[in-house]
Amino acid sequence: MTFILETLLRLAAWLLAAPLLPGIINKVKAWIAGRRGPPVLQLYYDLARLWGKGVVMSTLASPGFIVGPAVAWVALVGAALIMPLGGAGGALSFRGDVLLLVYLLALARFCTAWAALETGSAFEGMGAAREVSYAVLSEVALITAVLSLSVQTGNVTLTDMLALSVGSGAVLLAAGLFAVLLAENCRVPFDDPNTHLELTMIHEAMILDHSGPPLAVILHGASLKLLLFAVLLSQVVLPLGRLSPLAAAGALVGTVLGVTVAIGLVESLTARFAFRRVPLLLTAAFLLCLFALLLARKGGVG
Amino acid sequence: MSTPSFALLANGTSIPWAGVPEWPAPELVQRTGAELERGARLCAWFGVPEVGATRLVALIAFDADNTLAVGRSAPFAGAYPSLTPSHPQAHMFEREVWESHGLRPEGHPWLKPVRRGAGGAPAMGEFFRVGGGEIHEVAVGPVHAGIIEPGHFRFQCAGEEVIHLEIALGYQHRGVENALVGGPRRATMSQIEAVAGDTTIGHATAYAWVAEALAGAEAPLRSQWLRAVALELERLANHTGDLGALANDVAFLPTASACGRIRGDFLNLTALICGNRFGRGLVRPGGCRFDLEPGRLEQLTGQLAGALSEAELAIGWLWDAASVRSRFEDAGTLHAKQATDLGMVGPAARACGIVRDARFDHPAGWHRLAQAPVAVWPGGDVLARARVRWLEVQRSGRFLREQLAAAVDGEMRAELAPAAGDTLAVALVEGWRGEVCHVALTDAGGRFRSYKIVDPSFHNWIGLAMALRGEAISNFPICNKSFNLSYCGFDL
Repeated sequence: MTFILETLLRLAAWLLAAPLLPGIINKVKAWIAGRRGPPVLQLYYDLARLWGKGVVMSTLASPGFIVGPAVAWVALVGAALIMPLGGAGGALSFRGDVLLLVYLLALARFCTAWAALETGSAFEGMGAAREVSYAVLSEVALITAVLSLSVQTGNVTLTDMLALSVGSGAVLLAAGLFAVLLAENCRVPFDDPNTHLELTMIHEAMILDHSGPPLAVILHGASLKLLLFAVLLSQVVLPLGRLSPLAAAGALVGTVLGVTVAIGLVESLTARFAFRRVPLLLTAAFLLCLFALLLARKGGVG
Repeated sequence: MSTPSFALLANGTSIPWAGVPEWPAPELVQRTGAELERGARLCAWFGVPEVGATRLVALIAFDADNTLAVGRSAPFAGAYPSLTPSHPQAHMFEREVWESHGLRPEGHPWLKPVRRGAGGAPAMGEFFRVGGGEIHEVAVGPVHAGIIEPGHFRFQCAGEEVIHLEIALGYQHRGVENALVGGPRRATMSQIEAVAGDTTIGHATAYAWVAEALAGAEAPLRSQWLRAVALELERLANHTGDLGALANDVAFLPTASACGRIRGDFLNLTALICGNRFGRGLVRPGGCRFDLEPGRLEQLTGQLAGALSEAELAIGWLWDAASVRSRFEDAGTLHAKQATDLGMVGPAARACGIVRDARFDHPAGWHRLAQAPVAVWPGGDVLARARVRWLEVQRSGRFLREQLAAAVDGEMRAELAPAAGDTLAVALVEGWRGEVCHVALTDAGGRFRSYKIVDPSFHNWIGLAMALRGEAISNFPICNKSFNLSYCGFDL
């Protein structure tokens, strides 16, 4: 009974907290530009508005147009339940759950790209092609990071892998994962979440034809993914296992906010990369994770 | 019976219609081709309807000699040998003449309507297609995601690479040139000011020069001074806005946010002169409708200095950011040879290292007395076009400060004599986008028998299409923004 209650509580926390992050990022960007900017809760308003709207469906689209975003959202919620939260651990925790996490993220991506291809629009085809091309590189970096954590702690359970800081490799991992976070969540310098230019979009191009509740589900899923990566990144750096539960919770929330502000600063101060340069940056992220893996192998705890 | 050569005239002057040499159409084409071969440039190529037939008129510019030349063909109907295969800069003019007068250029490689499709929307026409299973076609517009004008872009892509881009315009065709025939009327000035709203001063000044040349008079010097000031203010506002828009397209927020506001400051300076941010109602044949008394002149000078220093700061961030430079460099490169062949004008041509500026090449009005250095940058890429804009912001700023301190006294407006009959008048104004060309031909009573407007966009759209060849399709927005051509100025 407590397990169910706890899981529901966790679920509510993830779902409710996620849309806050894009709001904070936009506020930081507005603040740097000297504007007032949209309210921090803007995404909540948008989701509520979209939820109340009808859906415009292409006559060409198969049910995958709707099923894709739904499955992607469920996969991301599943990933959120696996993700440990400091001392509290994950709602679901078992040996090898880290592999499930990686695969759930991949499933979510597959479903979004699938839904994008449904309408046969040239823009969405381009968006999906770009998304999966860059995913090839960012997934390698993510898996290398996971591997390095696993080697460092001698463990394949997320709760144990993230309980302790990984020492000297933590800085490398943090840098690598931050780049992966920006790429996976379509932030500047990889993508521009604010652009209206179809030809340059990645993630936004994939969802051009979605409207109403499916669009709300996609947007909410995207914010959930951002929170997921921010939490992962924070726990890689923080030795939460050594702190008291309250201090650990405070440190986690603080670091997630710090990561969010950092994303806003990056978006405010750099231009977006040309597509041909994106692989370079992602390869650099992979190399950072690889060096962290080598460090873990040489000087690991186990 | 045939005169030896083209009739020469200066910018902002007129010539009796009978004094324009007349040849059979093939000879006009051949002679025009020979002049273009020698380095002249085609400014306008249009048809003048006669009873049951049409005359071709060629206006060419010898930039180095500060001279314009005009010639015409005998009236004819049907076909004539095309100039385009040997001189691509004629391609759009010949298509336009074919569309509106039915004169068929034999040998034109891509003869299709300029502004209307075959009985439908412009995008419904035939498009050049690249074959092959790996080629995909991307159609953008006419409805765009931003608040911009309508136009259709058809890309032939291999993956991310653009192999060919074809641009179909005409959605805003209003029939301006036809509406001007029989004028000038009360509405004429408003129609001219609405040819391209962002080049209001440019087009209005060109019209005023044409009207003054037809009347055989010149506007008072003080009004010419004010027109030059307004023209540079228009340039400052648009260049600043475009540099901000370029920054926005590469998601570089500091410059994007600041320039949007500073553009407004420059527009407000024009509003300070005449009450309209785009300068509507300022320029009139015979002078200007508003004066700039010492009080407002001082206010203008002060506000200009503030806006210029803010623009300098905000645009400086653009050059300081390595991430921005790496986006602009080698994007959308147009080579000098291409630009010359295509007859490019304005900042787009100057960014290819070509010294081409109507204020310098064909000075008229106040520019005979005061000049700013021509802003040129080599390279032909987005960076070069952005640098030329920036140089022009600086030089227009300096020019304005000098001129505002050197105001001449006198009248603002003079009454014009009635326009001369059977006369052709020409005006070239270097608007912020490039050369604005107006050619008017009057009938025996001094009414417009034909009025030809060539917006710089008419020359330059093909340059954008060429710049995109081999470029990544994701770079289209910054290439497009670096040219920032007018749709309504093209569509007329």
